[in-house]
Amino acid sequence: MAITLDRAIGQRQQSWVTSVLSSQTFWVLVAVILACLFLSVATDTFATPKNLYNITRNFTFVAIIALGMTLVIITGGIDLSVGSVLCLCSMVLAVVMNAGYSIEIGIAASVGTALLIGGFNGVMIAYLGFPPFVITLGMLSIARSLAMVASNNTVVFQFGPDHDMLLALGGGAWFFGIANPVIYMIVLALLTGFVLRWTKFGRYVFAIGGNEHAATLTGVPVRRIKVTVYMISALSAGVAGIIQTGWLGAVTTNIGAGMELQVIAAAVIGGANLAGGLGTASGALIGAALIEVIRNSLGLLGINAFWQGTFIGGATVLAVLFDRIRSFRQSE
Amino acid sequence: MAVLELANISKHFGAIQAVNDVSFTLQAGEVVGLMGDNGAGKSTIVKMIAGNYRPSHGTMRMNGAELVMHRPVEARQHGIEIVYQDLALCDNLSAAANVFLGRELRRGVGPLRILDYKSMYRRAGEIFKELKSETRPRDLVKQMSGGQRQAVAIARTMLSEAKIVLMDEPTAAISVRQVAEVLNLIRQLRDRGIAVVLISHRMPDVFDVADRVIVMRRGRKVADKAIAASSPEEVTGLITGAIEQV
Repeated sequence: MAITLDRAIGQRQQSWVTSVLSSQTFWVLVAVILACLFLSVATDTFATPKNLYNITRNFTFVAIIALGMTLVIITGGIDLSVGSVLCLCSMVLAVVMNAGYSIEIGIAASVGTALLIGGFNGVMIAYLGFPPFVITLGMLSIARSLAMVASNNTVVFQFGPDHDMLLALGGGAWFFGIANPVIYMIVLALLTGFVLRWTKFGRYVFAIGGNEHAATLTGVPVRRIKVTVYMISALSAGVAGIIQTGWLGAVTTNIGAGMELQVIAAAVIGGANLAGGLGTASGALIGAALIEVIRNSLGLLGINAFWQGTFIGGATVLAVLFDRIRSFRQSE
Repeated sequence: MAVLELANISKHFGAIQAVNDVSFTLQAGEVVGLMGDNGAGKSTIVKMIAGNYRPSHGTMRMNGAELVMHRPVEARQHGIEIVYQDLALCDNLSAAANVFLGRELRRGVGPLRILDYKSMYRRAGEIFKELKSETRPRDLVKQMSGGQRQAVAIARTMLSEAKIVLMDEPTAAISVRQVAEVLNLIRQLRDRGIAVVLISHRMPDVFDVADRVIVMRRGRKVADKAIAASSPEEVTGLITGAIEQV
């Protein structure tokens, strides 16, 4: 009896191979790789260094924000304001630097703005019980309007004394010819993955998404964690905004418009569950990559750009469909 | 000396008198069934012992020392653990993660401390073994049977040296075979010298496992006697009011 009990308790239910094979992220990654292989063969423009450089750099902005969004989605929330927050943070950076301040002050102001907005969202949601959808929908409108106020709705392309430094930060490739934004994305993804897997904070993020009431009863500081999560989400949008400003070399008040939906799609394609409790950092990256590969390939294959939305929407539905099929099988 | 002593405890919410002048004691290694109809004041008493509410009148003493709590976390610090009716489990986490929720083990120094998965899996496994429950620490709770879920919730109470375990309707929504499992888990706790308060509507379970039964009606204690000296018929009468008091 004791031996069988020992064995039963010590047993792992599934090996790592089966758990990898049953993860949505893995299959999306397979899809990305297959698409890349197909495109390399079918077109002679895909596998060129120039095009790969473009793809990797283009998807980083969505991917970086998707990392923050994944945390929010794991807690069972949503942040619709990220596109506007990206715009506002870019604009704050641009206006401050345009006024002659150094890049450090510009970045500090921009990051401060992001944390302030995230903190506001978080406090309204965690302490006053607002639905995340409502508060962040309001913030979507507020942040973009504030960006227009800050810039008087003009395009800013002069960044004062540190102009070149900002452009190098976002547009350069300091490390083995890999675009800088890609490096930032990888570092942030590793950090997010580490936090989710190895820290108490990460464990609590999952616990809140799984059963918020249980988390409260067992002494998890639910409210504090929620506020932090929305601050991280806004911060990721702010960081993406700073990098994108450096990359584009100009800020308009319509950058990041509609980006929240791409970001949410990336997180969901990567396996984050909008009901909460599920999601990974690698999934956010892979989801964002799939969207960018689809967009890029449609262009290269000469398919009318109007079809883009259909393909990206189809990919989102398809990715979640696999997950649904699997859970139907499990419940039977 | 009694592990827990309630003396003349009352609780009112505005004009509503939820609990009225209730006194009783709990001894180590004793299982007490707390019975009563809906609204009789059972859960109000439990919530006071769990630190959710403060009594309006009266005192609680633990091992002779006065016990005043402001938050549920303090109850845990005093060695009072609660198994909630809904078990308060996160389906998306492993059994070990649920056992250690809010009390994760970590290793490392200073701010660079990471979760100690290995120790948590090992310790959770040891507890399941003690409970004689076939529950694997690495399994997700969402894949578990009702009995295993109960084991996870009960394993939580065994992390620290609990003195009192309050169980709110642990057998209300599970199968017959699983009820037997849960009653065995309660006996395991009792054998470790823990005082268990079992809140239940199910007469057979209370008579099966409890040493003593306390019956509440309309905020008052109407009976407090050894199981051996009572009968299901008597308790039913006390709950409904057919018997005034014993």
